[in-house]
Amino acid sequence: MSLTGNISGGRRALLSSRSGILRGSRLLVSLAVTMLGLLLITFLIGRVMPIDPVLAVVGERATNEVYEATRKAMGLDDPLIIQFFNYITEVIRGDFGTSLLTSRPVIDDIARVFPATLELATVATFIGVLIGVPAGVIAAVHQGRWPDHVVRLLGLFGYSMPVFWLGLMGLLIFYGKLDWVAGPGRLDVFYEDIVPQVTSVILIDSLLAGDFEVFGNALAHIILPASVLGYYSLAYVSRMTRSFMLEQLAQEYVTTARVKGLSEARVIWRHALGNVMVPLITVIALSYANLLEGSVLTEIVFAWPGIGFYITNALLSADMAAVLGGTVVVGTVFIGLNLLSDVLYRFVDPRARQGG
Amino acid sequence: MTGGTGKPLLEVDGLSVRFPTRTRVVEAVRNISFSVGREKVGIVGESGSGKTMTGRAVLGLIRPPGIVEARKMEFDGIDLRSLSERQYREIRGNRIAMVMQDPKFSLNPVMTVGKQIAEAYRVHTKASPSEARRRSLEMLEAVRIRDPERVYGAYPHEVSGGMGQRIMIAMMLIPDPDLLIADEPTSALDVTVQMQVLAIIDDLVTQRGMGLMFISHDLNLVASFCDRVVIMYAGQIVETCKASELHAAQHPYTRGLLASLPRVDQPIERLSTLTRDEAWKTEPGVDARVL
Amino acid sequence: MSDQALGRSARPGLRAWLTTDSPTSRWQARCVQAYLGWVGLARNPLAMLGLAIVVALVLAAIFAPLLAPADPLSQDLGKRLLPPGSPGFLLGSDELGRDIFSRLLYGARVTLYVVALVVVTAPVFGLIIGTVAGYAGGWVDTVLMRFTDVFLAFPRLVLALAFVAALGPGIGNAVLAIALTSWPPYARIARAETLTIRNSDFIAAIRLQGASPLRIVIGHVMPLCLSSVIVRVTLDMAGIILTAAGLGFLGLGAQPPLPEWGAMISTGRLYILDQWWVATMPGLAIFTVSLGFNLLGDGLRDALDPRSGR
Repeated sequence: MSLTGNISGGRRALLSSRSGILRGSRLLVSLAVTMLGLLLITFLIGRVMPIDPVLAVVGERATNEVYEATRKAMGLDDPLIIQFFNYITEVIRGDFGTSLLTSRPVIDDIARVFPATLELATVATFIGVLIGVPAGVIAAVHQGRWPDHVVRLLGLFGYSMPVFWLGLMGLLIFYGKLDWVAGPGRLDVFYEDIVPQVTSVILIDSLLAGDFEVFGNALAHIILPASVLGYYSLAYVSRMTRSFMLEQLAQEYVTTARVKGLSEARVIWRHALGNVMVPLITVIALSYANLLEGSVLTEIVFAWPGIGFYITNALLSADMAAVLGGTVVVGTVFIGLNLLSDVLYRFVDPRARQGG
Repeated sequence: MTGGTGKPLLEVDGLSVRFPTRTRVVEAVRNISFSVGREKVGIVGESGSGKTMTGRAVLGLIRPPGIVEARKMEFDGIDLRSLSERQYREIRGNRIAMVMQDPKFSLNPVMTVGKQIAEAYRVHTKASPSEARRRSLEMLEAVRIRDPERVYGAYPHEVSGGMGQRIMIAMMLIPDPDLLIADEPTSALDVTVQMQVLAIIDDLVTQRGMGLMFISHDLNLVASFCDRVVIMYAGQIVETCKASELHAAQHPYTRGLLASLPRVDQPIERLSTLTRDEAWKTEPGVDARVL
Repeated sequence: MSDQALGRSARPGLRAWLTTDSPTSRWQARCVQAYLGWVGLARNPLAMLGLAIVVALVLAAIFAPLLAPADPLSQDLGKRLLPPGSPGFLLGSDELGRDIFSRLLYGARVTLYVVALVVVTAPVFGLIIGTVAGYAGGWVDTVLMRFTDVFLAFPRLVLALAFVAALGPGIGNAVLAIALTSWPPYARIARAETLTIRNSDFIAAIRLQGASPLRIVIGHVMPLCLSSVIVRVTLDMAGIILTAAGLGFLGLGAQPPLPEWGAMISTGRLYILDQWWVATMPGLAIFTVSLGFNLLGDGLRDALDPRSGR
C-alpha cells in the first residue's frame, strides 16, 4: 500500500500565494488537470485492450454490416481526440456505460456498492486512529525502551503482511476456531433487507430504525474486516504520530511548558499533541485514501459487496466499462481525499489560516 | 541589592553536568560554584561554555542520559538535588522561572497567548478561568503591552519578536517567583527592542525584589545591566567580580574579551583577537559564591 | 573512527586502505564510502536480519532444484491436503497433492523475477523523469510533474488492476502494470535531489567547462541521486512484493501451474477453515520476505542518510 503523501512539491508551491481567490483558482486548475490526466489514462487503457468492444456488443456471429454499423454508432471510427472528448463529456454527465454483468448503468451499480466500502474504510480508520495515535505518542515518549520497540514492530509487521492473507488468518482464528465474529458478507442472509435503506450504511440505518438485532449482526460482520484493514491504518498512523511527536518533544515550547511547572502528562497530551495534530490530520486523510486500496482485496476475502469487490468481479468477466468506471470513481475519491488533506492542514494550523 | 543580610536565594557548590555519548563523555559544566541573591547576576560565556546547561540544571530540566551532580544545590533552604519530579514541579514556575531566547520557538504555536499565560497562573494557584484571565491581562499591562485584550486572543506568530518576549516575561512572572533565569532573553531581538525588554525585566525584578540570573554571551550588555558578573569558559567559572569592577579583571580570558570589544571612547588601530590557552580547561575554577 | 570501533578481523593493509582519510583515487574514495556505509549497516542487528532473509530468498530461488524435495508441479491426488509434518511433505500438501515446501522454493523464483524486473525498470524510468524535470525546470518541469502527479493520483493496486484488465492476465503484464504504477515516487525523489544539486558550484563549474546538459544530468546529477533512490527501492520492494501477491491472489499474475505465492493463497482459501496450511504457508513466505526487505531498507536508510536521527 502506498505510504507517502501524494501532493507534489510543485502543487504546494502553487498553493502558497497571497490572495485566497487566486489560490483557490489555482487549486481548481490543478485539480482539473489531474482529473483530465486520470481520464486520459482510463480512456487509453480502455482503447488498448485486446478485446474488441464491438464484438462484445454484437456477438461473434453478427454480419459485417451490423458490425460496421455498431462500430460507427459506438463512435469507434472517429479520431482518437474526438473519442476522448466524447468520453469526457460522458463522464461529466455520469455516464460510464452499461455493465456487461448486471446490464445496468455502471454509475447505478457504483452508487449501490460504494457506501459499503465507505462504511468499511471509515470504521477501519476509526480503529486505526483510536489505537494508532496513543500508540505513537507512547512510543515517542518512551523512545528506545520496550513500548517503542513493540509499537514499531507492530507497525513493521503491518507493512509486511499481505492484507488478504491477514484477512484469511483472521477468518480462520476468530471465525473458524473461536467463533467470536460473524463470517463473510455484510449481514446474515436472515437479516437482509429488514431495515429500510436510508444511507445504505447498514450500521447507521439499523440504528435509525431502532433495530438493535440487525445492528448487532452488522457489527459482528464488519468488526473483523474493519480490524484487518484498521491494522494497516494503525501501522501507518502510529509510525507518523511517533515521528511527529519526537519532533515536537524536541521543541523549545515543550521546555517552556515544563518550566511553567506543568505535569508531564499535560505537556505531552495538551501541548505537544496539539501540535502533532496539525500534520497528523493530513496523515489520517491519506490513510483513509490508502485504505480504499486495501479494501479491494479485503472485500474479496470477506465477500464484502463494496466497490473493490465490484471492480474485481468485473475484471474477471472482462466487463471493461465497469472496471474503468470503478477505477475513475476510486481515482477521483483518492484525489479528493488528497485535496481534503491539504485543505484540512490549513484549517487546523493557526499559522496557515490567515492565508499567504 | 546584594543580600549582605542573610543567605543567598540560590547557592550552588560543585555543580557538574555530563552527557555520556557513544564514544566519550561530554562535560558541559565542570565543578562550578556560584550563588545568586536578590540581585542581578550575569553569567557570561561563549557557546559551549556551559552557561545554558547551568540554568537548566538549576531547574532540574536535564534528563537522562545527562548526569547532574553537585555538592550542594540549595534554593531558599530547599535541597534541589533531593527533590522528586513532582516536588520539582511545584518549584518550577512558582518559585524559579526561566525566560528563553526566541519567542518564535518558545511559545506554543497552536495555543493563544492568553491561554498560555492563564495556564501558567492556574497550574500553581487553582484560580478560576475568569480570575486567571484578569490576572493575565494585568500582567500584559505590566510588561507594557498597550492592547492586552487583543494580544490575549492572539497566536504567537501574530505578534512581533519584542512583544513575544514580553509575553514570555509576563507568563513567567505571573506566578510571582523569587528567582528568574533569563537565558539570552534579548539575543533574538532587534537592538532597539532589546533595550525596552531589558528595561522591563529590570523594573519587574527590582519591584518584586527578585533574584535574576542573566545568561548571555554579550559581556558589554551584562556589565551594564547586572550587579555581579560570572565569566564561564569550557564549563568552568574562570572569574567573578562586581560589574563595576570589571575593568580590573585578572583572568586572561576576561581581559581578552574586554580587549576585543570596540569602545567608542577609546578608539584603537586594531582590535585584538582572543587567544585561548588550553591550560584554562584544566585549571581549577573560581568559587563565585557570595555568602 | 578508531580501529577498535571497526573490529579487528580484516587484514590491516586492506582495512587501512578502506578507512583512510585521504583517498588517492576516485575509485578508492567510492570504496571507502561503501565500506563505511556497510559498517554502519552491520551495526544494526535488525538490518542484518533483513539482509539474511533477502540473501536466503535469492539462494532459495537459485538453488530451488537442489533444495526442493519434490517436483513443484507433480500432482498426487492420493496424497492431497496432508498436514505439515507428513512424511515427504514438510509443510503439507495442497489440494492437488503437490508439496507446498517445494512450491514455495520455486515460488521464490517467480517473486524474484517480478521484483528484479520492476526494480530494473521503474526506478530507472522515474530517475530519468525526475532528473530531467528538476534540471530543465520551467514548463518541462511542470508538464513532467503533472504527468507524475496523475499516476500518483491512483491507488497503486487499482491502477495495476485496470492495466492488467486491459492487457490480460499473465506474469509479464503483471510486471508491467506494477512497474507503471511504481515509478512516480522515484521521479519525485530524483527531482527533489536534482533541485538541490542544480545550483551548486561544481555543476556550474562543469557547465563552464562546456559540458552539455545531457552529460551533466547523466554523469553528475544522476549518480548523486542514486543513494536516495536505492534506499527508496529497498523500502518499496515490500510493497511491490505485496502488490504482486495481490495480483496473483486475484489470478492476474503468474498463471497456474506456476507456483506463485499469491495464487497459492487464493487456491488455499477454499480450504482455510480445515486445511489451514495451504493458505497460511505461502502467506508466511510473503510476510517473511517483505519483512526482510523492510528491515534492510530501514537499516540502509539509517546508515546512508546522516540526517535521519532516531
